[in-house]
Amino acid sequence: MDARRESERRTTVERKSERETVVTRTFNAPARIVFEAWTRPELFKRWWVPKSMGMSLTSCEMDVRVGGRYRLEFNYQGSTSAFFGTYKEVIPHERLVWTNEESAEGSITTVTFEEKAGKTLLVMHELFPSKEALEAAGGAADAMDETFGQLDELLATAHGSAVWHL
Amino acid sequence: MVQYTQDHFNASFAALSDVTRRGVLEQLARSNASITELAEKFAMTLTGMKKHVGVLEQAGLVTTEKIGRVRTCKLGVCRLEEEAAWIERYRQLWDARFDELDQVVEELKRKEKIDGRKKRK
Repeated sequence: MDARRESERRTTVERKSERETVVTRTFNAPARIVFEAWTRPELFKRWWVPKSMGMSLTSCEMDVRVGGRYRLEFNYQGSTSAFFGTYKEVIPHERLVWTNEESAEGSITTVTFEEKAGKTLLVMHELFPSKEALEAAGGAADAMDETFGQLDELLATAHGSAVWHL
Repeated sequence: MVQYTQDHFNASFAALSDVTRRGVLEQLARSNASITELAEKFAMTLTGMKKHVGVLEQAGLVTTEKIGRVRTCKLGVCRLEEEAAWIERYRQLWDARFDELDQVVEELKRKEKIDGRKKRK
């Protein structure tokens, strides 16, 4: 039983093509609840930056409707960075699409919520404008790892990834 | 388990399916070599060797650099390994996020239950 629950909750990642990634995860709750956690800023900010990252989310504004904007501000060891974009599609309890506009080569993120027997399969798809953009994003993560080389490996890795994927 | 796209496997397997190309990889593992040197070593025409190196290069197993008139070949950073590391780092981030999201979701479920009971009263 526990083993089954574990495998259900496994996060899978697939590089779907040269410029796409797909992440999946099942949550033990109806879609309306998972959707709520993705669209209410006071809930979103509680999970988007895991404690292990060593960063803090200082500001989180989300206007979740088509054409509405979001803006996240982070603080890491005294320096601030911002991530922002626009919601392109909003279908309550089913689908969210937003842009990542902090860089010219930002991805488009699509999240779908599929409810089945009280559980929700979450699929997060990211489409980059080019193969190079996806890989450059990875390169940026490596560069960050070097910059913060003092941090233990896990922390640096999580942080580096976070910087280019928020 | 990290999942790869079929294309990457196909490119690598195709590159490794040929005995000459496996030999070239072994050779390059010992030292870098020019296309001419490799062609001589494997008793092959320059054109033939260029084709083999091209396939290995396509699969990310070999990189080449042209200096003057000589194209030097060396072992590439294995793309599969690089990609696996990339994917794993990405997965770890999302896994950490989703573990925290689980907690938020559980809390919302409890709250909904309590609110539901209140409404029935």
